[in-house]
Amino acid sequence: MSEQLKVKTMQEFMAEGKQPEILFWVGSAGSYDDRAKKISRAFVKLLNKANVDFAVLGSEESSTGDVAKRAGNEFLFQMQAMMNIELLNGYEIKRIVTCDPHSFNTLKNEYPNLGGNYDVLHHTQYLKELMDAGRLTFQGETYKGKRITFHDPCYLGRANTVYDAPREVLAKTNAELVEMKRHRTNALCCGAGGAQMFKEPEKGNMDINVLRTKDALETNANIIATGCPYCNTMMTDGIKAHEREDSVTVLDVAELLANSL
Amino acid sequence: MEYVPNILFAIALFVGIGFFVRNVKKLSRNIKLGKNVDVSDNKSQRWRNMVRIALGQSKMVVRPVAGFMHIIVYVGFIIINIEVLEIILDGLFGTHRLFASLGSIYNFLIGSFEVLAFLVIVAVVVFWIRRNIIRLQRFIKPEMEGWPKKDGNMILYIELVLMTLFLTMNAADSQLQQLGAEHYVQAGSFPISQFIMPLLDGLSASTLIFIERTAWWLHILGILAFLNYLYYSKHLHILLAFPNTYYGKVKPKGALNNLESVTNEVKLMMDPNADPFAAPPEGTETAVPEKFGASDVMDLNWVQLLNAYTCTECGRCTSECPANLTGKKLSPRKIMMDTRDRLEEVGKNMDANKGEFVPDGKQLLDDYISREELWACTTCNACVQACPVSIDPLSIIIEMRRFLVMEQSAAPMELNNMMSNIENNGAPWPYNQMDRLNWVNE
Repeated sequence: MSEQLKVKTMQEFMAEGKQPEILFWVGSAGSYDDRAKKISRAFVKLLNKANVDFAVLGSEESSTGDVAKRAGNEFLFQMQAMMNIELLNGYEIKRIVTCDPHSFNTLKNEYPNLGGNYDVLHHTQYLKELMDAGRLTFQGETYKGKRITFHDPCYLGRANTVYDAPREVLAKTNAELVEMKRHRTNALCCGAGGAQMFKEPEKGNMDINVLRTKDALETNANIIATGCPYCNTMMTDGIKAHEREDSVTVLDVAELLANSL
Repeated sequence: MEYVPNILFAIALFVGIGFFVRNVKKLSRNIKLGKNVDVSDNKSQRWRNMVRIALGQSKMVVRPVAGFMHIIVYVGFIIINIEVLEIILDGLFGTHRLFASLGSIYNFLIGSFEVLAFLVIVAVVVFWIRRNIIRLQRFIKPEMEGWPKKDGNMILYIELVLMTLFLTMNAADSQLQQLGAEHYVQAGSFPISQFIMPLLDGLSASTLIFIERTAWWLHILGILAFLNYLYYSKHLHILLAFPNTYYGKVKPKGALNNLESVTNEVKLMMDPNADPFAAPPEGTETAVPEKFGASDVMDLNWVQLLNAYTCTECGRCTSECPANLTGKKLSPRKIMMDTRDRLEEVGKNMDANKGEFVPDGKQLLDDYISREELWACTTCNACVQACPVSIDPLSIIIEMRRFLVMEQSAAPMELNNMMSNIENNGAPWPYNQMDRLNWVNE
């Protein structure tokens, strides 16, 4: 166990009669997946460093229903959405930040029509905001001289046209940023979206994550930066499939920045 | 006898346009088989999209070679239509080069039509080479076998023939002008057809008139025939690209629609005051509950059906699809082609049954689009991004998954596990909801 993190729940804020600056939507992966939990911790480390007064929902949080919706189960999605909206509206939440582009997309685009209207940000956008406001500064020594390539998550990039924020914050690592041949609007999917994360792929001649990590390896980067817990898993597995785990690591933007403090 | 050509022309024009109108009516009837969808929002954004994407070809040039060539053919098509207007008026009134009185402007116009016609020929030849000699990957996928491949080439041949006839007509005309033949006014400039003229050297005026008239007639009859070919061809995009880009998605690509019929049921389920044993309100007893998702074309909305007719089978979607790139069966282009083929089948069924659809034991699901294709999609939106005319194959895939899951409970087993986990403990994995905050202290 590393350093102690300061995390307060919405219930605690309520008990104190206060409102947080933002709600950190941790998401199911960020809460339970061993790899993604490290991303949650890294992001909180940054929030603590910037003295952000943030809350989490803790055990009151529940799946956004995004993956059920993409699998075709609109019932389950709307059940989840209505429950979450009731909770969020009850707490009078205004701003939500999440490390998961899928939660980001659903909360931002699919909740309003069901009664949930919030200002929703991806963590890379919020980190950019903190930097611009001078609340977060970096030494930027750890990755000097390294090569980093950023893999655009579909639900951040094409789905919501957020391409610059992750790149701008990555620049703070002082590493050399290199682009894959397919990036931004024509970035290739990691293979996890649309509920693929939870099932075996259909018959084909290759796994999508293996093809995508090939793109990344062609840049000769030391580090593949991701902004999505699912992409992170897929790219990590892809690197293993190429037997390059000794020379290439996969890290979330939040982790790279937390290590650059 | 003097008016025979005029009358024949008027009949040809009438028949050509008449058939075209009939096809347009059929097209519109088929599209309207789709469910209603509200597209009255964001009018100014929609107009901008149409101007930028359809008129301005903004997404074509993402691939510069094909994009540039396509713009030549597109501009050629639009501009040369000014000439077609003159041809129609000449044909009806028995005049010759009616607009010649425009003088130097006319000369400039005819000159630029010729240059465009030549460029179109060059572009068409390049397109043909890409399809048949280079055999670009996206043109030789399984769904392109048979008619789609023939259709693609047929369009190129027709364009080649039409442009050649246009230039031949001009060459003979300018030769006749030089001979001072009666009826052939001195008008136009012929920067391209002057190179054809040596071939016509030494021919008599009557032979030249025969060549000129033949080329003229074949050119306009060819155009009328081409107009009626559209309905059966992927070339329909030259008309439908405009409405399709207008009605295309204006929300962020990641936003899927929320099914309203589901919202009503979920609200009822979550309402603590709702009486689960309540009888339905008066007059609704016989109402059939709405079907969730789509198993056939009538379950899709009309914009999705318009999408299907607009698809020009260029395959940019499929060439960017991660599933297709890794050898899976899914091809977003095939989703669109299947939807159009099934819709055509339904339309023909209605034609044969006095406008009523008689169930034929077939549907879009399974008979056209397999479950394997539907489940291979990662919903990454690469196909939607790639489409130069704002088609959304993903929306059809999602609608069909909804049918499979909500009407048939036919999701792959692993997805059923994932969904029961969400139902039971609010996460796609079987972890205790009370442990959601454990990561803080690990």
